[in-house]
Amino acid sequence: MSNSQKLIEIKDLHVSVAETEILKGINLSIGFGEVHAIMGPNGSGKSTLANVIAGRPGYSVISGDIVYKGSSILEVLPEIRARAGIFLAFQYPVELPGVRTWQFLKSAIDAIRNENGQEELKIRDFDKLLEEKRKLMEMDPDLVRRSVNEGYSGGEKKRNEILQLALLDPTLALLDETDSGLDIDALRIVSHGVNIFKSPEKSVLIVTHYQRILDYITPDYVHVLVDGKIVRSGGSSLAMELEEKGYDWVKDVVGEEVNP
Amino acid sequence: MQKASSLLNKYEEDFDNLSSINPGWSSDLRNKAMDTFREIGFPVRRKGNEKWKYTNARPIADVEYSSGKFEKMDSNDIKLIAPWHESWINLLFVNGHYQETFSGSLSTNIQISNMASNDLAENLTSNVGGIMDYSDDGFAALNTAFMSDGPIITVPEGENSGIVINLIFFNQGLSDTVNYPRVLITTGGNSIVSVIENYVGGSGDQTFTNSVSEIYVGEDATVNHYRLMNETDDTYDVGYGRVRIDTNGAFNSRSFFRGCGIGRYDLNVSIEGENASCDLQGLYFTNGAQHMDNFINIDHVRPNCQSNLFYKGILAGRSRAVFGGTVLVRKEAQKTNSVQSDKNLILSPHAEVDSKPALFIYADDVKCAHGATAGNIDADTVFYMRSRGIDLEAASRLIIYGFAGEIIDKVEIPELRSYLGESFLSSLPSHRFEF
Repeated sequence: MSNSQKLIEIKDLHVSVAETEILKGINLSIGFGEVHAIMGPNGSGKSTLANVIAGRPGYSVISGDIVYKGSSILEVLPEIRARAGIFLAFQYPVELPGVRTWQFLKSAIDAIRNENGQEELKIRDFDKLLEEKRKLMEMDPDLVRRSVNEGYSGGEKKRNEILQLALLDPTLALLDETDSGLDIDALRIVSHGVNIFKSPEKSVLIVTHYQRILDYITPDYVHVLVDGKIVRSGGSSLAMELEEKGYDWVKDVVGEEVNP
Repeated sequence: MQKASSLLNKYEEDFDNLSSINPGWSSDLRNKAMDTFREIGFPVRRKGNEKWKYTNARPIADVEYSSGKFEKMDSNDIKLIAPWHESWINLLFVNGHYQETFSGSLSTNIQISNMASNDLAENLTSNVGGIMDYSDDGFAALNTAFMSDGPIITVPEGENSGIVINLIFFNQGLSDTVNYPRVLITTGGNSIVSVIENYVGGSGDQTFTNSVSEIYVGEDATVNHYRLMNETDDTYDVGYGRVRIDTNGAFNSRSFFRGCGIGRYDLNVSIEGENASCDLQGLYFTNGAQHMDNFINIDHVRPNCQSNLFYKGILAGRSRAVFGGTVLVRKEAQKTNSVQSDKNLILSPHAEVDSKPALFIYADDVKCAHGATAGNIDADTVFYMRSRGIDLEAASRLIIYGFAGEIIDKVEIPELRSYLGESFLSSLPSHRFEF
């Protein structure tokens, strides 16, 4: 089982929320440098998968394992997972009234650096880095002084998630429906941010209902999740096929499971 | 009843002793107030008493205090526990008695006199007691009967040097002592002044600070008034702020209260001129078994005026906070614009806040809104922060400081703002949300 090429391996994962089983045996491996897309209809469990990997409380892992960089992370606190390079871009980013964006991001980056034995970032260096990422995501210059996500539109909140991705520079990016509610300009900016993040050492898992974002960020693998199970996996052309034929098509062919 | 009469005897005795040394100009006022106190006593009956519904004054009333004690302090010790700055005029009062003024610059047209003085001009003393109506309030009557010292701050017309007057009322913490700070601020037309009142110190068993501040805001004048309370668990602190605002005047109040044994600030603002405004903001935090009561009343007498009331509370331990009072919009006060809000962050399941701001509107063309909230931090908020690598403790701190920062960040005196952000906030209980 030890495949040193893999960044994360999800093994027969069963997860329930409030006694209801949502994930019913997920197997998924993501190698370094790969982009995977999980597609599926509403309620299929795709957001659950992203949140379980990030360690969100409220999900019970019944059986199976999540192995990240060679170790199980099931018992690892969410902040420790974050410091180890797992990043979740939220479907619904949270507003933090009174918590300034600057302070929030400085605390985050320093927490990650401390864990990795690095010194806290000098204020001047941090300001430079933040300004660079702000420009990349075409955010309002006032952003740093404002409370985190407070008073932002849906699109601004999503861009702010990718700004954080760019700034914190994790190893595994989990994008939970980042494309939902974005107009075409915002989608272009967000995708650009993710494409810049991509590298041979970094991996991306895109959770999405629609194929649209995959026009901008080309996945290496596409998995279709229906009712808590991956029912089909394939290359980027699978997304196209889904777009054309709809989820009913996969639901009809459940049974012909294909794993990469 | 036996106990009550022996306690009253003690006040009688102290009153007689003080009358022989207190300045003659205040004797009528003090005698009348003592009569009222004899008649009504402390507000210990709470049934049907809306003003004291959620605060029990009995523990304060039941102590036999002695007054008048005062030992000289080293002002360097004070500088460690209260905000001060060399560009401010800093006045130190110990147990209600004036000790000294320390500051780098004293060049100002503002006149500061001492109530303890016997030879004050009548124009200085005539306003003392002019706003504080003690007729139905035993604590205010007691302060008026026993006032013996305190600043009379007179701001001349047009004065706008931006000077900050910093009043430090230090409670030495001698057990079973009471002190009665008294402040009067009058401002001439078109003037601006900033005054900070600090109530600090305490410890010892059951010390009691009973203060009254009267503030006249003149035509086109602005008073920026800051009130800090930083006392101890054994301290009782009952304070009154009485404010009258003339035409085009503005009164801006910022209160920062740590809880104490029993703390209460009764602020009453009467808007008596047109186009005047008051902006009252405050932050209180309580911990342990502390109790803090903000009782705030705004009276809109004249038309075209604005009032804003914005308070926040942070409650931990088994502490309790009260937020009460009313905004009254009288029939004549058309075009009033008034907003009230009190938000509370509850950190402990054993803490409790009774937040009951109320509006009485008798005019028909007004814009008024009010609201009160109390809540804890939701799990999504904390997970969002943790998912960025921030641990529970740091997340809690960011959230609490962020909550408090909404009030602190608006303080316009930079040195005071940094004091509040650092020293004052750091006394917040360290807290970790459990999820």
